[in-house]
Amino acid sequence: MGLESSFENNVITTLLDKVVNWARKGSLWPMPFGTACCAIEMMAALGPRWDMSRFGSEVIRFSPRQSDLMIVSGRISIKMMPVLLKIWEQMPEPKWCISMGACASCGGIFDTYTLVQGVDQFIPVDVYIPGCPPRPENVIDAVLKLQEKIGRERVREKVHGA
Amino acid sequence: MALETDRLRERFADELLEAGEPCGQPVVAVKRGRIAEILRFLKEDPALAFDSLTDVTAVDYMNRDLWERFAVVYNLYSFSRNARFRVKAFVPEADPSIASAASIWAGATWAEREAYDMYGIRFEGHPDLRRILMPDDYPGHPLRKDYPLKGRGERANFRRYTAQED
Repeated sequence: MGLESSFENNVITTLLDKVVNWARKGSLWPMPFGTACCAIEMMAALGPRWDMSRFGSEVIRFSPRQSDLMIVSGRISIKMMPVLLKIWEQMPEPKWCISMGACASCGGIFDTYTLVQGVDQFIPVDVYIPGCPPRPENVIDAVLKLQEKIGRERVREKVHGA
Repeated sequence: MALETDRLRERFADELLEAGEPCGQPVVAVKRGRIAEILRFLKEDPALAFDSLTDVTAVDYMNRDLWERFAVVYNLYSFSRNARFRVKAFVPEADPSIASAASIWAGATWAEREAYDMYGIRFEGHPDLRRILMPDDYPGHPLRKDYPLKGRGERANFRRYTAQED
């Protein structure tokens, strides 16, 4: 009765990768791992002024089981790292990671006994955001870069544990 | 001299190392041996009535040529008199231990755990002397002056993610 009545029964030829990736990249659900000032900028990116929902990524989930994008925003101490790993391992595949800011990416100015010098030593990071802290535009840019990256992925090769 | 210092000198003359009043706040340096008695006296003496222990921390006086290397610092406050007082008890490097103040002010427990974590000073009689900030299996006490800023390989020895696990 509606729109579908104006079309005949139809077939679309495409690649499975393209269909699946198209579905995945448009609705990333972030798991915010905010431990420092970067988290404030991440919240601003999600808020009405920068409005990350324009890019389909506003549904912040505080349960790792419901999210597929971890945004590590802030410094991670060696005492916090096992917690981050546990949350990362609880996230179902497929999953991605954005390392936001200097501290999460390389330890930043905190080259000290207690701080992990980059979360990429422990979990695979897809996109790094430079800055201390980065502006909300950078977060949105990272999400768009990640969407491009997801668009190029092979679905069969995505699973981390396989 | 301040009232607190005079009262302490009457009772614990042999324990006092130094007394002063920097920035208008009375401070005494004492030996560690009778620290529990001194603190209990400061709390229970009606003329002093230091009913609140604001903080317990420690200082590393390495290469400063004082009585001992470490000092445990007690910051006291009296609500009834609106007065503050600081006690520094010196602790040797060879045996860094001192009596716990937890039975005098219950709030001393966490502060003493921090001083233990950061300086390795053992508080005898503490009900639960564990690390409070660093991981339980962390070696070393990072706020000591001879501890390197980047640690002694604790970061590097931590379990790493490798591409094989991917």
